[in-house]
Amino acid sequence: MTNSWTDIGVSDCVLIMGSNAAENHPIAMKWILRAKDMGGKIISVDPRFTKTSAKADIFAPLRSGTDITFLGGIIKYILDNDLIQKDYVVNYTNAACIVGQKYDFKDGLFSGYNPDKRAYDRAMWAFEKDEKGIVKTDPTLQHKRCVYQLMKKHYSRYDLDTVSSITGTPKEDLIKVYEAYAATRKPDKVGTMLYAMGWTQHTVGSQNIRAASIIQLLLGNVGMAGGGVNALRGESNVQGITDQALLFHIIPGYNPAVRSSDVSLAKYNEKNTPKTAEPKSVNWPQHRPKYIASFLKSMYGANATKDNDFGYQWLPKLDDGQNASWMFMFDEMHKGKFSGFICLGMNPACSSPNANHTREALSKLDWLVDIDIFENETSTFWKGPGMDPKKIKTEVFLFPASMYVEREGSITDSGRMAQWRYKAVEPAGESKADGQIVHELYMKVKALYEKDKKGVFPDPILKLKWDYAADGKLDPHLVAKEINGYWLEDKTIGDKTYKEGTLVPAFPLLQADGSTSCGNWIYSGSYTEAGNMMARRDKTPVATANIFPKWGFAWPVNRRILYNRASVDLQGNPWDPKRAVITWDAAAKKWVGDVPDGPPPPLGLEGGRLPFIMKPDGVASIFGPGLADGPFPEHYEPLECPIEKNPLSSQRINPTTALFKEYKFATCDPKFPFVATTYRVTEHWQTGLMTRYLSLQVEAEPQMFVEMSEELAKLRGIKNGEWVLVSSPRGKVEAVAIVTKRWKPFKIAGQTIHQIGLPWCYGWLIPKDGGESSNLLTPTIGDANTAIPEYKAFMVNIEKLPPKKAAPKAKGKGR
Amino acid sequence: MAGKTFLVDTTKCTACRGCQVACKQWNKNPGTKTIQRGTHQNPEDLCFSTFKLVRFSEMEEKGKINWYFFADQCRHCIEPPCMYTAQGLGYKSIIRDEKTGAVLFDPKVKVKAADFKTIKDSCPWNIPRRDEKTEGIAKCTMCIDRIREGLLPACVKACPTGTMNFGDRDKILDMAQKSLKELKAVYPKAKLLNAEILRTVFLVVDDPQKYHKFAAVDDPTAITRIAAIKKLIQPFVSLSRFIG
Repeated sequence: MTNSWTDIGVSDCVLIMGSNAAENHPIAMKWILRAKDMGGKIISVDPRFTKTSAKADIFAPLRSGTDITFLGGIIKYILDNDLIQKDYVVNYTNAACIVGQKYDFKDGLFSGYNPDKRAYDRAMWAFEKDEKGIVKTDPTLQHKRCVYQLMKKHYSRYDLDTVSSITGTPKEDLIKVYEAYAATRKPDKVGTMLYAMGWTQHTVGSQNIRAASIIQLLLGNVGMAGGGVNALRGESNVQGITDQALLFHIIPGYNPAVRSSDVSLAKYNEKNTPKTAEPKSVNWPQHRPKYIASFLKSMYGANATKDNDFGYQWLPKLDDGQNASWMFMFDEMHKGKFSGFICLGMNPACSSPNANHTREALSKLDWLVDIDIFENETSTFWKGPGMDPKKIKTEVFLFPASMYVEREGSITDSGRMAQWRYKAVEPAGESKADGQIVHELYMKVKALYEKDKKGVFPDPILKLKWDYAADGKLDPHLVAKEINGYWLEDKTIGDKTYKEGTLVPAFPLLQADGSTSCGNWIYSGSYTEAGNMMARRDKTPVATANIFPKWGFAWPVNRRILYNRASVDLQGNPWDPKRAVITWDAAAKKWVGDVPDGPPPPLGLEGGRLPFIMKPDGVASIFGPGLADGPFPEHYEPLECPIEKNPLSSQRINPTTALFKEYKFATCDPKFPFVATTYRVTEHWQTGLMTRYLSLQVEAEPQMFVEMSEELAKLRGIKNGEWVLVSSPRGKVEAVAIVTKRWKPFKIAGQTIHQIGLPWCYGWLIPKDGGESSNLLTPTIGDANTAIPEYKAFMVNIEKLPPKKAAPKAKGKGR
Repeated sequence: MAGKTFLVDTTKCTACRGCQVACKQWNKNPGTKTIQRGTHQNPEDLCFSTFKLVRFSEMEEKGKINWYFFADQCRHCIEPPCMYTAQGLGYKSIIRDEKTGAVLFDPKVKVKAADFKTIKDSCPWNIPRRDEKTEGIAKCTMCIDRIREGLLPACVKACPTGTMNFGDRDKILDMAQKSLKELKAVYPKAKLLNAEILRTVFLVVDDPQKYHKFAAVDDPTAITRIAAIKKLIQPFVSLSRFIG
């Protein structure tokens, strides 16, 4: 999230798309409904009418996988009617920047495409620069190669008829959304966009969010209270684990993972530290070497010296070009390339796309360690459907983990706010906190390396600094302090001296010379000499905004609204004074309000700086030359789709997404004529592993279902409540039909297209009559940039099943 | 009038069912065995161990879909027909708490099937339920055990959106009138359901029947009249049962 949960409550217009917040983020509705109470408009765009739609002012249906078309239509509407917030767009975005002559876009392809590599030469999209290396601009936005004009040309194809024929959204609904949302163009009107997996889990996932960002920038909604682009994260602490680099392509604090060709720290820094010639750009990522050096000191302590590149060579390295994300990992596992797998708090046997394949992959392992609070389909895969335990070699170990109420530590919400939680009860039985399990595992591995001198490459283990435990018990406070960072020697900066061993107050003080240690620079300031900032519980808000700086700690530097320097005009006066985020106090020469995106004065004053401090040129990217699949979002059909030709170009699917060629797919196949999507229900958590053992949750959502329109039910002779079989080229799932008015057929390119939806919260293990995971159906394909699987759009068939004899009768305790 | 009152503002309900689950959890009521019947409403109905149930109702009018959620529970009538009926049948196991106005069943007291039917039929909101095995009857307790400790009822505590509200009757009715006034401007059909005779007041924006068959009664005076008559004839009925 650029903003925070509470901030949603002050928005004039909340567009919820790619999210069913009411179902999956129930507490979010508190703030969404508060915005509505204040006169804000709520818009729900979703393939079906959801619980969120039930509370919205406007509901607009769209076919799964067509969000870019829908959003591209909004962009065209804004540009055609000249509804941009011009001062914001010209000064704070790259709309005025001039793109080089090599850029082109023809029939679905940008210039520089290599079909063999399924990749672009992104140098073709570079900006034109002057002799000083500064990007050329045309503030009148008239130059034919300025971003504004290229964008206008690109989206000229996204007219109402084309959009409606691809998305299936009735034209009158499109217009309603366009008008309501574009009304936030006024400087003192603000709209927010809330999204979740409905945007990310597509082959064009990253570009869905890019399209949203473009709209928000055109309307001047980024940096504003009640604005921004807001990811409703899928788990309570998934923001925290991403920040701590759970993903393969980053190390803590969103620093790029080390690649094999990054042969030295200097080389890594050179490659990953952006430079700019733009004098008004802050270019904050220029400080990356400080964060890397401090991180390495945190990893290896006294073993990290200047002479050994602070232990840089001990960091694990990826091959150049290697993708080690989820689907690729299980693909490798299926090929027998892994001997062991430690699975912590995950249930891939139900959560992976093409889950049958994943279950098979688990059978190729020598051993599997599963760490969870309950037995799940992953740890018991060997006795699951279609498995013969006698033929499976995998040795499985199940470690009982403790629940969140049984351990202390921080949890970071979607708004980047870390809050400290306390342990309420001791872990049950022999269960242990995840951190404790990892600690004990490390100590054991270390002892083995110490004992066996022949161990291969022992340094990464033996040189690791690991001093977070007392009497064998991991202390979360020590870990939190390690993440915050501390001084390794006395240091005087300006007129202030920092003592060795004291905690670093904030990341601007981190050093590249080895004099500071910091586990994760973005969390620097979360646990300081003033105490544990994450444990703060003071509800005093910023006077003009619904944000609470003394409650917990939000990274970076407790900033609650990112890019807030864009919330003011060139003189530092808020665009929207009644909801000011920050204001330049000209007399005192400082900012008041939220923690600003850096202390320099506003752009128009002497010494002023551009607002988007994380971008090399200081401006936000309407044109985004850094993504794999193009600088402008473009509509491509999902891998499996119901129409043979993309109405917008000859490129049916994203030309840069990696294809797993040996896997089964079916597109425009009459055997699988219906679009399907997957989702969750409030009552079950992710794969349902934490909730399927709880009788009160199971009572409310007991069994696998498939929702469909009355029209499709009629077509297939299916009645409400009957068991049906849903199949894809990859698997089959039985489900109870929910025939509902909330799903309607779509009119796509002149044809009637039916779509269905299934939850993915069930599994064969428990409850016994609950049904299977819908991920037996989903395809192995992902986003071109992130490789997040395309769970949200694929093709299936649906047929009626004979009545189930085993189906239990509904029986209440008494009448 | 003193005592406590609930306001259930259906315009804020998202059917998260936090109330339904919290109610069971606090009252230690077990989850019943259910199946997917082609609706998200589950369990199907109130029962001896289900005091609170979010009812789902979807409809289409003039091409517009509506999905209404109705967090059903005992209305805690100011003059409870169930209590008078039970007393008339000789049962002392339904009482009204003086301080809060909560109408309380003693689930340990056995009630004959035929008597239960009479009691249930006297409730215009179709609330009382009986366990065939234990022969006890049960329903929402207003979380009287929590209220006496200064806590909110479990359903109110769990509600994330402000649908479930609870407090002193005058304050809650003020809140209800204020919300009604604001909603009237947008939804002409907005109304409070039988607020004058109930301690669980639902705020709806469409015909009550569209939410739930037993959402409201058209003529509340009839209820009060029945209650008054039952109250009046109660000594005679008791006597006749004693003699009989």
